[in-house]
Amino acid sequence: MQSNQAVGNTSSLIEEIIDKSGQPIELCFQCQKCAAGCSMGRFTDYSPNQIIRLIQHGLIDKVLDSNMIWLCSSCEICGARCPNGINMAEVMDCLKAMAISKNIVSVKNVKKFHDSFLGSVKLNGRVHEATMMMTYKIKTMDLFSDIDLGMKMFVKGKLHILPKRTKDRARLSRVFTRTANKQK
Amino acid sequence: MEFSYYPGCSLESSAKEYNQSAMAVAKALGITLNEIEDWVCCGATSAHSTNHKLSYALPAINISLAQNAGNDIVVPCASCYSRLKKTDLLLRNNPEERKEIEDIADFNYEGKLEIVSVLELFAKKLPKEELKSKVKKNLSGLKLACYYGCLTVRPPEICFENPENPDSMDTVMKAIGAEPVRWSYKTECCGASLSLTATGTVNKMVARIVDMAAEAGANAIVTACPLCQMNLEVRRNESNSNMPVFYFTELIALALGIPECKDWFAKHIVDPRQLLKSLSLI
Ligand code: SF4
Ligand code: SF4
Repeated sequence: MQSNQAVGNTSSLIEEIIDKSGQPIELCFQCQKCAAGCSMGRFTDYSPNQIIRLIQHGLIDKVLDSNMIWLCSSCEICGARCPNGINMAEVMDCLKAMAISKNIVSVKNVKKFHDSFLGSVKLNGRVHEATMMMTYKIKTMDLFSDIDLGMKMFVKGKLHILPKRTKDRARLSRVFTRTANKQK
Repeated sequence: MEFSYYPGCSLESSAKEYNQSAMAVAKALGITLNEIEDWVCCGATSAHSTNHKLSYALPAINISLAQNAGNDIVVPCASCYSRLKKTDLLLRNNPEERKEIEDIADFNYEGKLEIVSVLELFAKKLPKEELKSKVKKNLSGLKLACYYGCLTVRPPEICFENPENPDSMDTVMKAIGAEPVRWSYKTECCGASLSLTATGTVNKMVARIVDMAAEAGANAIVTACPLCQMNLEVRRNESNSNMPVFYFTELIALALGIPECKDWFAKHIVDPRQLLKSLSLI
């Protein structure tokens, strides 16, 4: 995904993101208050205002390829401070959904974590931390980090072998079915 | 006072001591918390990051389960609180999405319940003198950096106090005789669920928070979030500090003389008992 060219119709791209995220990104005047407070800006390729700038230029490939959209911690500092009421955490969620639907996931671990987490919820109705972490570690082939920590937690009675499950799993599975593949 | 209670997944496992201390303190203060029967996970960051509708439908199931009892819902976990509160606001203010979520989760939204964080419960709902009058042991000498993190204060529409400079936890800690310090990292982000996926980054974020608390003269940090508490304990490799991290409810329990708090302190990854002993608090 190296394309630097504007893809498709820029104004329809902006409309789509405004519609899906519910955020008035057209109002951004690049004051960079979001960037100044961003929890992750020190570690990412673009800052939140730069993400908006790229969208305004129609450079959606660059946006979807950015690690910012996956490393955003949803701390919501940007949204709390933006003079134009733009909550970039919501925009990042919308961009992640677009990236997933296009099969462009730049930070694969994060997506694998979310899949492991929701897999546990789908199965049990609640997250079973021990198996969720194991699933994630298998998916990422990172089997040995945090083993000490896992052992300590187990010894202290903070990890359970068996999951606690909700009873009404029929309702749960209806909810998962009805929300599958729905964007926005 | 009687409430429905939504513990959430972490409080059944890694954050047991938060659950047990919140319930014990509520009981000691004459507040009844009834756990919502058959609650489901709120979906947390993973749902809102990847599936917008699911991220509202899961909390909606819990709101629907609590509607039967008719009591406001108390939530200890900051992340669950944020998801439930956001869902409640969406259902309240957006008729179109409400209809859709109602159809997905099979229920009718009544809009009669309020979502209340445990922090708000003890800091604002409980009459001011009530807590003070029940204190058996003043936690004097305990200098605390009250750490609010992100999700009880942001976005501002879900926050019950000043989102840039919250002071509810400081007020509660003062009421039990502890000494909150002034510091500017109250609402910084701990890295949240990136802890497993971008560990190196989270190590840096946490070290900065812990070091700033030390620099401000604190001898412990106090939180109201299971993820913050966990990250601050286990992702501090880049800091030399061995400063303990408490749940604010554990410290209230200590001040109220609830004996089980010793069991909770033993569960911490960073053991706080030496500090408490040195201050003659246990
Ligand atoms: S704070 Fe708002 S207006 Fe300013 S650059 Fe960021 S998004 Fe744009
Ligand atoms: S929500 Fe994301 S983009 Fe906004 S300040 Fe936090 S990390 Fe940065």
